[in-house]
Amino acid sequence: MKKINGARIILEGLKRQGVDTIFGYPGGKVIPLYNELYDFSGINHILTRHEQGAAHAADGYARVTGKVGVCVSTSGPGATNLVTGIMTAYMDSIPMVAITGQVATYEIGKDAFQESDITGITMPVTKHNYLVKDVKDLPRIIKEAFYIASTGRPGPVLIDIPSNIQQAEINFEEFEILHNEPIRLDSYNPNYEGHPKQIKSAIRMINQSKRPVILAGAGIIKSKASKEFIKFVERTNIPVGVTLLGLGSIPTAHDLCLGMLGMHGTYAANYSVFESDLVIAIGMRFDDRVTGNLETFAKNAKVIHIDIDPAEIGKNKKADIPIVGDVKRVLVKFLEKMPQREKTEWNETVTKWKNENPLVYKNSNEEIKPQYLIEKISELTNGEAIIVTDVGQHQMWTAQYYKFKNPDSHCTSGGAGTMGYALPAALGAKVGLPNKPVIAIVGDGGIQMTSQELMTLAHFNIPVKVVIVNNSYLGMVRQWQEIFYSNRYSQVDLEISPDFVKLAEAYSLKGVRIETPSELDEKLNDLLTSNEPVVIDVKVSKEENVLPMVPAGGDSHKMLGIKGEL
Amino acid sequence: MRHVISVIVENKPGVLTRISALFSRRGFNIESLTVGHTENPKLSRMTIVVEGDTDILEQIEKQLYKLIDTLKVIDLPKDTSVNRELVLIKVIADKKNRSEIIQFTDIYRGKIVDVGENTLTIEITGDDGKLEAFISMMSKFGIKELVRTGKIALHRGEKTVM
Ligand SMILES: Cc1ncc(C[n+]2csc(CCOP(=O)(O)OP(=O)(O)O)c2C)c(N)n1
Repeated sequence: MKKINGARIILEGLKRQGVDTIFGYPGGKVIPLYNELYDFSGINHILTRHEQGAAHAADGYARVTGKVGVCVSTSGPGATNLVTGIMTAYMDSIPMVAITGQVATYEIGKDAFQESDITGITMPVTKHNYLVKDVKDLPRIIKEAFYIASTGRPGPVLIDIPSNIQQAEINFEEFEILHNEPIRLDSYNPNYEGHPKQIKSAIRMINQSKRPVILAGAGIIKSKASKEFIKFVERTNIPVGVTLLGLGSIPTAHDLCLGMLGMHGTYAANYSVFESDLVIAIGMRFDDRVTGNLETFAKNAKVIHIDIDPAEIGKNKKADIPIVGDVKRVLVKFLEKMPQREKTEWNETVTKWKNENPLVYKNSNEEIKPQYLIEKISELTNGEAIIVTDVGQHQMWTAQYYKFKNPDSHCTSGGAGTMGYALPAALGAKVGLPNKPVIAIVGDGGIQMTSQELMTLAHFNIPVKVVIVNNSYLGMVRQWQEIFYSNRYSQVDLEISPDFVKLAEAYSLKGVRIETPSELDEKLNDLLTSNEPVVIDVKVSKEENVLPMVPAGGDSHKMLGIKGEL
Repeated sequence: MRHVISVIVENKPGVLTRISALFSRRGFNIESLTVGHTENPKLSRMTIVVEGDTDILEQIEKQLYKLIDTLKVIDLPKDTSVNRELVLIKVIADKKNRSEIIQFTDIYRGKIVDVGENTLTIEITGDDGKLEAFISMMSKFGIKELVRTGKIALHRGEKTVM
């Protein structure tokens, strides 16, 4: 009789979930899995150079494709190396399945070689996790994991699989029976339909409001509701502020879009919220980077809050009308009932704020201003590339100056703020959407956290463009030290750094340095359009600040540097 | 305010950790937590006593529901539920006060469950008020050791949580 072992059940299970690519790194406790992978057809494995890279790559892959990203590691250090990536995905609600090897069931709890309690460690950063103790549970658990990861509010699910479970065999027929059992999760029922009564009340509230503003979050993108959202915005003529992860839900250049909200948001977006009498929060969670001081945030406004996760409602900001549901389905219902609402005086006021206080910086002919670099990338790619950023100043400049046109075109670690994210996530994004240009924009600090993945770009010939915004500082920390700690630059100087061009070459990649604005104008286009991976080390002015800025916990309408200077 | 909530969860390994870790992670204060399986052996019922206003209670409920293993979360209001806790108290009892302790135990409808040379061990059940009163009474004699089960609760009347 034909047999199948646990390792093969994993691969079969993945394949049947529609997985064609996984990111991983082998080791002792997943050798049985890798042994099956050796001649398994239909699953492409990308060997990253560090497990953190595998997790971020799965994340980037998931963000741009909307599919579940899969990463694999061995037990112990392999599994703990995934943790940063899992936590990053958790904070941003990214559908992911992480598969880890574990010591054999009979060794668990005995401090066996490379044992770590990874289900315990990841409990707070996964939507759910499993430790598999019987091979017969494996077919069901794999199905459940994908179901949980991708439904409701998405998130990472970890499956920890002891090596002897990977080796254990069952009859193939039994596997088929187990696999075909329908998923039964009595305790997990995400609610997708917004309550019609609540929607009716919300429409009434919108019609009664005088100074409404929309807060657009990542939920719009995740539920693929961008089209409906733009319709809703145009139907109601309500101005929109966008969260960092909501960028792309509506084109930045849209007449009703005020740009980003929050700490480094635009004056118009933050000020409109402050003056508003109604905020309509869609697929966002009132993160402190958006609200600043909650006491003064939208102080005089009623709140309509639409989100798939009931726990987000009332967590940070009280909602007058909560609507729990999938953003797309809720917006469709709104559109059925919502009459056309004309522009009002409020639109004029807001537009005036927008026109009088655009994002500004002082450009230069001598040195490359980072904002100019981002504007240039935006222009050359027509706002249509997939942009993956790391964490720091360059991340904020990209959010401010890249004119996003499409949903699913911006990947960044928003909730977690994980340095080292960009390069591996970009790699995953490019593997997911090989026909789209993918640009990683990363600081000279962040690139050094995961630069080993340059090898992965070369190995699999993944033509990601890596743009290093090189200011020779841990820029964002330097900025805080300048503004809030009287210029005491403690441990942020990166003057001593590798030669990134040579580093690229060491990985047999093309490396180019750009040091002046004219060089940038001359070279950037060709570099971004060629069909090969390339590392572009762009020397930018060293002490530029991201402005405007709301100090952490400050009143979000009291911004520093509205005119581009402190 | 103090709330008694019942949480029905899948009776699986690790669930207790998930629930209790959630409380500490989110900064909710647990006063007591008891757990055991229900009339259905596949389900466990936790009774959790927490301190917090209604907003906090609402967050607790929602966060609990986010856990995949949580089936039902119910706040059991004091006036429409019965709640009980069991306490074992080892109290110093010499010849002089032994009979007095036995008398008090009778009045409170407690039970002497063990007798030592110089101690009595008393089992007593009840609601907060009764237990507190009894414990304070016993502390006069000298409590050597005390253990409480934590509170359990059910709706009054026909009503059930599931
Ligand atoms: C893993 C990790 N460690 C530390 C930080 C704190 N941090 C936030 S921004 C930043 C500086 C980033 O510097 P760089 O990568 O050069 O980018 P820049 O701000 O200069 O654009 C640091 C250290 C972080 N976000 N993530």
